[in-house]
Amino acid sequence: MKRLFGMIWVLGALALLAAPLVSTPAYAQKTKVGFVYVGPIGDHGWSYQHHQGLLELKKAFGDKVETTHVENVSEGPDAERVIQQLAQAGHNIIFTTSFGYMNPTLKVAKRFPNVKFEHSTGFKRSKNVSTYNIRFYEGRYVAGIVAGKMSKSNTIGYIASFPIPEVVMGINAAYLGAKSVNPDVKFKIVWVSTWFDPGKEADAAKALSDQGADVLFQHTDSPAAMKLAEQKNISAIGQASDMKAFGPNAQLTALVNNWGPYYVSRVKAAMDGSWKSTDTWGGIGQNMLNIAAWGSKVPADVAKLAEKARDDIASGKLHPFTGPLKKQDGSDFLKAGEVISDKDLSGMNFYVQGIDGKLPK
Amino acid sequence: MDLFVNILLGISIAATPLVFAAIGELVVEKSGVLNLGVEGMMIIGAISGFAVTIETGSFILGILASIVAGALMAFLFGVLTQSLLANQVATGLALTMFGLGLAALIGQDYSGKSTGDFPKLDIPFISDLPIVGPLIFGQDYLLYLSIILVVAVIWFFNKTRAGLIIRAIGENHDAAHTIGYPVVLYRYYALLFGGACAGLGGAYLSLVQTPIWVENMTAGRGWIALALVVFAAWRPGRALLGAYLFGGITILQLHSQGFGINIEPQILAMLPYLATIVVLVLISRDKTKVRLNAPASLAKSFYAST
Repeated sequence: MKRLFGMIWVLGALALLAAPLVSTPAYAQKTKVGFVYVGPIGDHGWSYQHHQGLLELKKAFGDKVETTHVENVSEGPDAERVIQQLAQAGHNIIFTTSFGYMNPTLKVAKRFPNVKFEHSTGFKRSKNVSTYNIRFYEGRYVAGIVAGKMSKSNTIGYIASFPIPEVVMGINAAYLGAKSVNPDVKFKIVWVSTWFDPGKEADAAKALSDQGADVLFQHTDSPAAMKLAEQKNISAIGQASDMKAFGPNAQLTALVNNWGPYYVSRVKAAMDGSWKSTDTWGGIGQNMLNIAAWGSKVPADVAKLAEKARDDIASGKLHPFTGPLKKQDGSDFLKAGEVISDKDLSGMNFYVQGIDGKLPK
Repeated sequence: MDLFVNILLGISIAATPLVFAAIGELVVEKSGVLNLGVEGMMIIGAISGFAVTIETGSFILGILASIVAGALMAFLFGVLTQSLLANQVATGLALTMFGLGLAALIGQDYSGKSTGDFPKLDIPFISDLPIVGPLIFGQDYLLYLSIILVVAVIWFFNKTRAGLIIRAIGENHDAAHTIGYPVVLYRYYALLFGGACAGLGGAYLSLVQTPIWVENMTAGRGWIALALVVFAAWRPGRALLGAYLFGGITILQLHSQGFGINIEPQILAMLPYLATIVVLVLISRDKTKVRLNAPASLAKSFYAST
C-alpha cells in the first residue's frame, strides 16, 4: 500500500512538471494546426501527400505555426477521440483527411465552436466545418488518354476499392479518356474492398495482368500495383503521388495530389480572421491536382494529345463528362454538348456506356 | 492453360505468408503459450528482410535477418511472459503494436526502394515442362521451405521425443515439470521457432509477394494466421490446407471479377474468411477430438514454486 501511494505521488509530481509543456501559454500567438491521417505517412500515397501539404505549411509560415499530425487513425470511434484531443489541446484549425471522419468531425466541431475544422472529401458542412476535395477525375481522364493510346492488348486493368461515387466517377472518367482515343478499349475492373493492403493489391494487379491487361489503373493507396507492373513489364498509372521510384519503366504518368496551396491559404485565413466555412473542389486548373512527368515509354505524340486535354481541362474548355453520354444500360444521361452538374457528379452511381460488368451497390 | 497455371501460382504466393506464420504459431500454442504478437513479428520480419537485402544485396542475408529479427521479438515476448510471468494476451497485443511502430521507424529510409526478383528454382528442362514445370519445379525457394516446414513439424510432433515433450508441456505443464522437464526452456524454444517463422512470413510479403516496403504492409495477415491455427484444430496439415484455401479463394475472387462474373465484391471479399471457417469447422466437427487437440495449458502462466 505504501508503495502504491509512493507511485501515485511520483506520477502526480511528473504530471505537475509536464503540465506547463502541454498548455504552453508563452506560444499563444502561434497558430496551432492539427492533421489527422487515415494511413501511415509512409504509404507513399494518400496520407503521404497530405503530409507534404503540412510540410509546405511549415515552410510558408515558419515559426508562426505549430503543427501536430496523428497517423493511422481508423475511421470510426477512434477518429472522434483523436479529433477531440486535438481540439482540447488548443489547436486553432484541424484538417481531417479521410471520408470516414465526416461525422466525427461534425460532432467534435459542435463542441468546439471556436475551433475551425476542415474535412477532406466529405459533403457535410457547418458553421465551423469546411469541406475540400480534388477533382481527381480530371487527371484520370488525361491518364485514360495515355492508357488508351499505350495499350496494345486494348485491355486496361482497374483496381478499385469501394463502390462510392468518388471511385465510380474515376473509372468512368478514365474510360471516357481511353475511349476518346481508342474505340476498341476494354476495361477489366477488380474491386478489392480495401484502401490499403499491399499484398492484396499486388495479387489483384497480378490477376489483371494474367488476364491480358497491359496498363493498370488503381484507386487504392499503396504502390504495390506499380511495382508489379514493373516486374511484369507492363504499364501503370500512379495514384495520389508520383510512384516513379516503384516503376521507373512502368509508370506512364501519375496523378499527384497537391494539397499544400490549399492548406496555406486556409491557415492564412484562420490567422487573419477571414476564415469562413466553404466548399472547395479544385482540379488541375486550381493547381490542386498535378499530372506527373510522362514516363520514358510515352511517345511525343501521345504526350502532346494528353497535354492538350490537360490544358483544356485546366482552362475550362473541356469537361470529361460532356454529352452526348449514355449510361451503361443505354439510357440517356447527357444531351449533346451538355456538361454534367457537380451534384450529379458527386453522386455518380452508374457506369457509362461501354464499360462491361455490373457496378456493385 | 497459361491462365490456369498463373491462377495456381497466384494462389500459392498469396498462401505462403500465412503458411509460415500459422505453422510457427501452431508450434507455440502446442507448447501451451498464446502469442498474439504474430502481426508484430511478421512486420518486423518484413522490414528486416527488406532492409538487409537492400543493404547487402543478398537475399540469403535478408532472409536470415528476418528469421533473427522475428525470433528476437519472440524472445522479448518470452522474457516478459515466461520469465517475468506477464499476462500472455496483453503482452501479445503489446508486441503487435510495438512491432508495427518499430518497423515503421526502421523502415523510414526504405520506402521507395526496390530489390531485384527473388530467385526461383530452375532445373534445366524439368522447370520448362508445361503446367508441372512452373507449378512444382519453378517456384521461389521460400515456398518450398514453407511446405518442408509443415512436413517437418508433423514429423517432429509425431516421431520425435522433443515433439512429444512440447506437446506434454502444452497439455499439463505442472505434470511435465514434476517429471523433470524444463517447461520454460522448451517454451522458449517453441517461441523462438514461432518468431522465426512469422519473420519469414513477413519477409515473403516484402521480398516475394509485393516486393516493396510500405508501413503496415502485413495488413492483418498475422491475425488471419492466428485464426487459422484455431480453425485447424492445432493440426499442421490442416493449417496448411486452411492457408491455401484462404489464398485460393482470395485469388479466385479477383480473377472472377476480371472475367466479369457479377457477384457483389463485398460478398467476394468475405468469401475467403467464410469458406475457410466453413471447411475447417466441417473437418473438425468432432468435438472430443478438437478438445483433445487443443493444448490444455494454453495461455496459462507456469511458475515452478520451489
